[in-house]
Amino acid sequence: MDYILEGLGNALKMIVSLDSEMAEIVFVSVKISTISIILATLAGVPLGFYVAIRDFWGKRAAITILNTLMALPTVVIGLLIYSFISRRGPLGVLGLLYTPWAMIIGQTILAFPIVAALSLSATQGIDKRVEKTALTLGANNLQTALFILMEGKFALFSAIIAGFGRVFAEVGVSMMLGGNIRGFTRNITTAIAFETGKGEFALGIALGMILLTVAFSINILFHYFQKKRM
Amino acid sequence: MKLHNILISYLALSIIMFLLSSSVLAEERLKMATTTSTENSGLLYVLLPPFEKEFNVKVDVIAVGTGKALKLGENGDVDVVFVHARAAEDEFINEGFGVNRRDVMYNDFIIVGPKDDPAGIKGNSASESLKKIAEGKQYFISRGDESGTHKKEKELWKLTRIEPQGKWYLEAGQGMGATLQIADEKKAYCLVDRGTYIAYEKKVDLVILCEGDKILFNPYGIMAVNPKRHPHMNYTYAMALIGWVTSPQGQKIIGEFKKEGKVLFHPTAYQ
Repeated sequence: MDYILEGLGNALKMIVSLDSEMAEIVFVSVKISTISIILATLAGVPLGFYVAIRDFWGKRAAITILNTLMALPTVVIGLLIYSFISRRGPLGVLGLLYTPWAMIIGQTILAFPIVAALSLSATQGIDKRVEKTALTLGANNLQTALFILMEGKFALFSAIIAGFGRVFAEVGVSMMLGGNIRGFTRNITTAIAFETGKGEFALGIALGMILLTVAFSINILFHYFQKKRM
Repeated sequence: MKLHNILISYLALSIIMFLLSSSVLAEERLKMATTTSTENSGLLYVLLPPFEKEFNVKVDVIAVGTGKALKLGENGDVDVVFVHARAAEDEFINEGFGVNRRDVMYNDFIIVGPKDDPAGIKGNSASESLKKIAEGKQYFISRGDESGTHKKEKELWKLTRIEPQGKWYLEAGQGMGATLQIADEKKAYCLVDRGTYIAYEKKVDLVILCEGDKILFNPYGIMAVNPKRHPHMNYTYAMALIGWVTSPQGQKIIGEFKKEGKVLFHPTAYQ
């Protein structure tokens, strides 16, 4: 029991004193997950939006596929991307393996279906009259789309936040593609796995507390936007 | 709307931060695949920084088992390989995957186990010890990951002519430190390099039960990936690193590196 209390004590000290190694690890996590969620948003929101408002052949199948991909296991993404970006793979010349970019690719793929599927249902939840009103007011297609998006902005924010929560807390992609390189690709989750493997608990607990705090804040934000949506 | 603005400025800020930090990181980078035993012991934290400073280069350490480390070198995913499995290293060089192999240091393997030694291996040779563990069906944790330690373990089992299998034989598939902790939790026996054991001695209840057998000698070697196979690799800096760890300064750092007041590795670049 002692070592847990000791670890907890040291963890609190680290957080209060903003331990430089801890700060560096948190920064890596924030940086990589933020870029990933931006990319996933740029691709996912328009796709979800498009699928929601347009009728086309295979729409139902597309929705089912998107929903299924939401449960994409991180290790499968890791495996696939690894085989593509290893020097032996088709994209090997880019030298991406074990760099932050490899993690960004993996996390973007992880977040994309979540953002897309949730924006899809967000758009579907918007009153059909919004579109008609916009058209009646003489808006062109782009203006109508933006009008609808603005109407559903809170639901869209919660889609993005849900995606961020997923990538921020994932460990499979980061470990397999980033390689847990100190000061470069070591993020919160891989550092926790590594520290536990070393039998060091203080840094692990400190990072765990930060991770939980972020998850908690994300949930609060999520519910805030969900409420706004009503 | 305020929250909206905050979010947007936050996103913009993080993109700028990323671009800034990547431009700062535009210095030379060298990728080194090494074993979990060197990483877990903490040796690299004192051995690499002076090199990074002198040559203005960042060394990215990827800590995996020896088998995986050599594989990464073969594929050209790293520039330097720093491992401990002599036979596999020689094969790596002979196949043309690597060049300029140098001896760096050695330590030795030991067999650790629970204090009461239920299989009664104390005082036996390494292979006899494994035999007793197998006969007594006592828990044994294997790395199971083609690491240097795992290769040594398989070599020992070969000597006993026992094919280890059964409920008592557990393959962890993890690094040395994690495997040692599993052995501790399960009150099991385990083959471990002395460096990692000393680094973990205070955290586990396992004691040394077999040591000093000649077969347990554990030499480490460093080598560059063959630039002919992978022209993109950072050959110059790879050679600089090999030069550094085998230089008098590098060797001095290795020889003076201590954990719990004990020397972990013995330099062997010059003899």
